[in-house]
Order: sequence, then structure tokens, then C-alpha cells
Amino acid sequence: MLASILASGLAVGAIYALIGITYNTMFATSRVMSFTAGQLGMLGGVFGSLFMLRLGLPLLPALVLTLAACALLGVITEYVAVRPVLKSLDQHLYVLSTLALALMVQQTAAILWSTEPQPFPRLVGLGEGVWDEKYWLPVAACAATILSLEFLYRRTLVGRAFLAVAEDNFAARALGLPERNLRIASYALAGAIGALAGFAGGQLLLAFFANGALLNFYGFVPVALGGLGNNRGAVIGGILLGLFQQAANFMVGGIFSSVAVFALFIIVLLAAPQGMFGAPAARRV
Amino acid sequence: MAIVKDMAAAPPIALPTASPFAALWPFAALLGLAVLLPLTGNEYWALIATRACIYWVLVSGLNLIVGYAGQLAIGYVALLTIGAYTTAVLAAGNLFEPLHPFLALTIAALTGAVFGVVVGLPALRLRTFYFAMTTLGFATIVTQVALAWQDVTGGGIGIVGPTMPAPLDTAWGFYYACLAVAAVCTWITGNIARSRFGRALVTVRDAEVAAEASGIAKPRLLIWVFILAGALAAFAGGLFATLQTYITPDAFTFDLSLLFFIAVLIGGRGSILGPLLGTLLLTLLPEVAAPLAAWSTFLYAALLLVIVLAIPGGIAALIDPRNRRALPDNRAVIPRPELLPALLGQQPPHAGLALRNIVLAFGGVRAIDGLDLDLRPGEVHGLIGPNGSGKTTTLNVISGYYRPETGEMTCDAAPLPAGDAVGRAARGIARTFQTPRVVGEASVLENVMVGAMIEGRAGFLEALLSLPRQRREERETTARAHQALAAVGLGALADVRADRLQHSELRFMEIARALMLRPAFLMLDEPAAGLSTDEIKRLDQLIRAVGRQGTGVLLVEHHADLIFEICDRITVLNLGKVLAAGTPDEIRTHKEVVSAYLGG
Repeated sequence: MLASILASGLAVGAIYALIGITYNTMFATSRVMSFTAGQLGMLGGVFGSLFMLRLGLPLLPALVLTLAACALLGVITEYVAVRPVLKSLDQHLYVLSTLALALMVQQTAAILWSTEPQPFPRLVGLGEGVWDEKYWLPVAACAATILSLEFLYRRTLVGRAFLAVAEDNFAARALGLPERNLRIASYALAGAIGALAGFAGGQLLLAFFANGALLNFYGFVPVALGGLGNNRGAVIGGILLGLFQQAANFMVGGIFSSVAVFALFIIVLLAAPQGMFGAPAARRV
Repeated sequence: MAIVKDMAAAPPIALPTASPFAALWPFAALLGLAVLLPLTGNEYWALIATRACIYWVLVSGLNLIVGYAGQLAIGYVALLTIGAYTTAVLAAGNLFEPLHPFLALTIAALTGAVFGVVVGLPALRLRTFYFAMTTLGFATIVTQVALAWQDVTGGGIGIVGPTMPAPLDTAWGFYYACLAVAAVCTWITGNIARSRFGRALVTVRDAEVAAEASGIAKPRLLIWVFILAGALAAFAGGLFATLQTYITPDAFTFDLSLLFFIAVLIGGRGSILGPLLGTLLLTLLPEVAAPLAAWSTFLYAALLLVIVLAIPGGIAALIDPRNRRALPDNRAVIPRPELLPALLGQQPPHAGLALRNIVLAFGGVRAIDGLDLDLRPGEVHGLIGPNGSGKTTTLNVISGYYRPETGEMTCDAAPLPAGDAVGRAARGIARTFQTPRVVGEASVLENVMVGAMIEGRAGFLEALLSLPRQRREERETTARAHQALAAVGLGALADVRADRLQHSELRFMEIARALMLRPAFLMLDEPAAGLSTDEIKRLDQLIRAVGRQGTGVLLVEHHADLIFEICDRITVLNLGKVLAAGTPDEIRTHKEVVSAYLGG
């Protein structure tokens, strides 16, 4: 039992961590927490199932198309729900605009795709039992994402430009960095990461429109616990959340495990509002 | 100069003031229509109208949270669910003996009040998005618990809603009952909105720092509102259960949450009438757009996006008459210092404010480095120095926004605790800000009245029911705010929305707000910045007049003329240290000051 708790806990934890990274990637360049993060994960599963099962595409083209479609949605998010409200960031209008867009995406998926969970295909066909691919694929996707992001941020010029904008938007602009294009690019990147989360976790979560809201919350918990914009915190928080949730699942049953997660979330946040690895709030006066 | 004199002699520009009855007629008209509705004889209309009333009971409370306090409580359907199930379960007797439906409703409202606070707690400490997220999470969980707790809630099969006793058991009888409750909710939430609590809520929303400086404790204020909104929402839930006659977890979809939330936003922030119209609109919309039922969430969401992007002010902004009246272009602020004695009275003698050896570092930068400062009653004390020398930081330490690492502060010989910005107003310390912190959507008068927040004695319940003491205090505060506005020279603009004022007028408005406290100490952060030469002269007279009433004034300023003209004592800062302190004459001839700062 311990093995299966660990396997499923790490797997869902990796998915939550990836959604957390999706939140962070969008947050870094725009200071906006977008409700579309979870929907991107949902679409990763839905598009994957659509391309592979309904349209019969092989794995690689399906994966590329899924990532591209979600990257496009990321860009649309930036255009429709983020850019118009960036000027008045302190009024928190982005909470409403991104929520609205997320709900529109979710409802469209519910009507055009299905309101019932649809099957997701096996991707590589390796492993069984607790080593089944549905458990290790999300973990592998998460590890690959972290490594790629590290490479991007540390070794490439574009990545450093991302970091510069994330660190100090105004200074970056003063240096002549194309802040707006970088922001669009980061939303596309976030879209692809979210899609990867849903795609890799497709066999676990299935292609289901309601996953969007679920991932929105469970993906946000590691971000809140780890500190906004902190990817390391998101990964640690995501894995811990996954393990805690699966353990609670086995011990007290599904419904009360979500109550347990929610209670834990509130208690931790009330105790440490900045998260475990977050920086204290900026000066206000 | 002649022009200015002419204007000073002219009577204040008369702007028409809104009569209180003008604001009430839309409510009266709606109520009249609602009372006459049974004449249609169509019971389907009774169902729709009852639903609208029930929704409004919830939205009226939610409006205080979302529209007034600016907290994005999205998942409020959870409170409706709790209320509906509590009433239904208690009336059906699934837990103990069946209770009378009225008693069940009352208990539901109390339960809702408790859960309103539980859901609201994160808002007291967490950032906006976090709160939005936790309310969403809570909404999901309540539905899941309703599904899982089968013995009591009936699980997915559901439970029968409570049946009301006669004469409320007919469609029209129940409609009238719900209409009466809705009318009461309009009245009590309107009372709160117009009271000092309502003004404090919008100040917390738009100018939290100014709210703290006025002594408004956000947690205590919000908890009252969460209790009220939670109780109203759960009460609405009980009525909803009766109307539905049978409830299952499916009845409480996220759509409903969205409907409530959007009703407030369509209506507009800081308004009662707007959200009321918004609720009516959204209740009627599905009736006329029935073929689109499957897309209802999509439509609500699209509507939300359009509102946020296109008309952030909502219906309220469209119907607000204060937006339209033209303001005279060439108006000037003419303070009347002679009104100050009546407004402020004479400060009793006190020991003044003293800072000793204050040190505060931001990272490696020592913003204040061993500062000593004495602010004596009745003195105007200038604090000058180059940019980054720690002037505003000193003000922020005194007002409690920053906590110094070492050093002591005393106020009237008693220790002044570091931090605790909210407690400063009670000690008679008032201030203005470098960038005016005001509520743009509120009138100038309301903005100024916020300054008297801590003087209010009437509590939340008295305000809720508009009891005599509350009404008397409200009259007194209004009169005094008019007095303060006249004293700073903004008497004619009392009813204008603050966001229509010019920058210089906002500075005087902040001074009026600070004066409402009858402060023992008044701290002004660059009050002359952006003012014309004439305006600076008038400001100068105003500040000196404040000092004559025994108030110690601490003035941070870059205009050297103003400082040397009116200050009794000047402290010059450089790199967080006192470079020189003394009378204006001593400072004017101080070698280092002249070479470092004044030039010459």
C-alpha cells in the first residue's frame, strides 16, 4: 500500500507542481496569477485524447499539436485577459478577467468535447504495477521541465531576459528589453507547460473538462505554499501535496481528503502568508 | 493677485446638493412595482420574482464584501448551500426532533454567520487572489460534504425543503414574505453603507494605508461584515430550500456563485441600487434566453469579461449623477484659517512627541541612522534634507508603518509602540501622504468623514438599524466634515466624487481628513508639492493656524521658502543622520547645511 501511495502521490504531485510552474511562469513576467493555469492542464488531456484517440495521430505529432494549441491559448490569455488590466494591477481586475476566460474555456470544453471523462491512450507502454507509465510519466515530465527551464534561464539570452523582466520590469524596459514580447513568450511557454502536465497526467486524470477547476486549486496550493514565483517551492510543495493527498485518500477516503487538503492549506497560509520560501511583502507607503 | 482676491470675496460656488429623497425614489419605485406584481395573477411570475428576492438577500450582504470592501469572494454559493441544508435538515428532523421552520431559519442564519467568518478569515491575512481561490475551494468542499454525508443530507438523492406555515404556504404569500425580507436587507445594508463602517470599508478597499492612519482596524471591520453577509446568505439559503421544495447538491452549481458575484460587479462597486438592478437583470436573463441554457456559464463569464474590460464602474457609474455635473474650471482653493478654532478647539497641554536614537535599515542601507527628534505642541517643525535622507521614512516610523531596529519613541511622555499604525489615530497622530491616498469613487465629504472614524461610539448593530445614537453621530460628523472642508477651502466641492478633483485639491482634502481627528500631532508629507505659488501661500497660513491651536506640526518639504517662512524649528537630515537642528535663523547660517543642501 505504501508503494502505491508513493507512486500515485508522486505522480499527482508532479502534475500539481507543473501547474504551479505554469502559474509561476505567467506570474514572473506580468505579476498576474491567472485562473487559466488549471484549464491549460485540462486541455492538455482533452487535446491529447482528441488527437490520438479520435483523430488517430501518433504520439509525437499529437504531443506537438497539443503543446502548440495550449501555447496559443496562453497567448490569447495574454492578449484578452492580462494586457488590458495590467495598467491597474492594484485593483486586481486580473482575478476577474482570467477567471472569466478560464470559465469560458471550461464551458466550451464541456459542450464541444464531453461532460463525461473520456479515456486517454497509453503513450509508451512501459512498466506495470507501481512502475506503470501513468505514474512515472508525470514525474519524468516534471523533471524534464525543470531541467529545460534551468537551462533556459541560466544558459540562454532569452532566458536571462525573462529573469530580468521578472526581477524588475521597469529596469528591464529601460535597458531596452522587449518586455511585451517577452511577456507573450512567457504566456506561450506557460501554455506549453500546462499542456504537458495534462498530457503526461492524462492516463491518471483522463480527458475531463472538470479537471480544469480541480487543477486550478491543487496547482495553486503548491504555489501559495512555496511562495509566489518560486519554482523550487512549487515543486517541493506540489510533491508534498500529492503525497499528503494520496495518503489521506487511502486513509480517510476521497471526499474527506479534499477537506483535509483545504484545511491544511488554510492553516499553513494563515501561519505563513508568504509561503514557505516566499519573500516578505514589498513596502506600501 | 487681484483675481484671487475677487474670488476670495465671492460666495462659494454653489453646486446643487443631492437631496436624500432623490436617491430613494428608484427603491420606492421598485418596491411599488414588486408589491403590485400579484395583480398579474401569473404564478410563474411569482416564482421568478421570489427567486429574485432571495438572490438579493444574499447579494445585498455579498455586496458589502465585494462591492464595498473589495474582497473577491467568488464561491459564495457555499453559504447558500449551508443555509439551505441547515434549514431543510432541521425542519425535516434528520438530526433531532423536527423544528419549526422559522426556528430552523434562525439557526441557519447563525450557522451562516459562523461560516461567513470561517470563509472570510483568509481575507484578513492573504492577498486577493488567495482569497478568491480559498472561497472557490470552500464552495467545492461544501457540495462534496453535502454529497457524502448521506444520513443527514440525503446525499445525491436530496432532501425535502421546509414548508412554511400559513399564510406563507401559497406562492404569493411566500413571495410577499421574501419581498419583505429583501426590503429589510436593502435597508440594513444601505444603513451600513452610509455609516462610518461603509466609509471605512471603501477606504480599506482603495486606500488601505490611509485607513490605517485613520485608525481603522481592517480585521475587526471585516469580521462584522463577514458575519452579516454569512447570516444573510444562509437565510437566503433557507428561503431557497423552501422555494425549490426539494434540494440536491446539484441545485447549488458554480453558476449560481458566478451569478451572485457578477450581479455585484454589473451593479458597480460602492452602490446598493446598482447591484440590486444587477440581481434583477441576471435573474430575468435566463427567462428570456432559455434556448441558450447550456451556454449560461459561458455567457455569464463573457459578461464578466466585458464588464471588467469595458465598464469597470458598472451600472452604478452610469446612473451616478455626481459624474455629470460640470465643475468650474478656474476654481481656486481658498482656505479659511479663521474657522480652525471652532473645528479643532484648543489642544490641552501635552509633553510632545520624542524620538531617541532611531535606527532603521533596508537591507544594507541605513535609511535612518541614530535619529533624535522632538515635536513640541503648538510648534511647526520642518524636516528637510536631500532626496533619500530619510524624511518620509521618519514619518513612516512615527506613523507605525515601519518598525525601527533600535531606538525609543514617546508620545506625551508615554512610550509609543513601534509598528501599530492603526493605533496612531487614538494617540492623536494624524498625517497626509506624499501621493494622496483617497477613495476616488467616494465624495469629498465622505473621504473627509473617514478621518473621524475612531470617534464613532455607535457600534455595528446600531448602524445596521440606524438607531438614534448612530443618526446623531452621523449628523455631527457630517457637520464637522463640512466645517473642515470650509476651513481648507473645499467647501463648495463637498458632494463631488474625489477622483474628479485636481491634485492640489486632493492635498487639501487630505489635510481636512487629518484635521477631523483634532490631532495633537499633524504630519504633512510634502504638502506643497505640485501646488502653485498662491496655493502655497494659503497653505502656509493654514499650517500656522493649525499650530496656533496647540497641534504640533511636522512638515516634510522641499520648498525651502515655505519651511523657513513658517517653521519654529527645523531639523536637517542627511543620509539618515541629523545634520543640523535649530531655529530657521540658525539653520540658514549653518555652514554644512548651506553647502550640502541649500546651496549658495
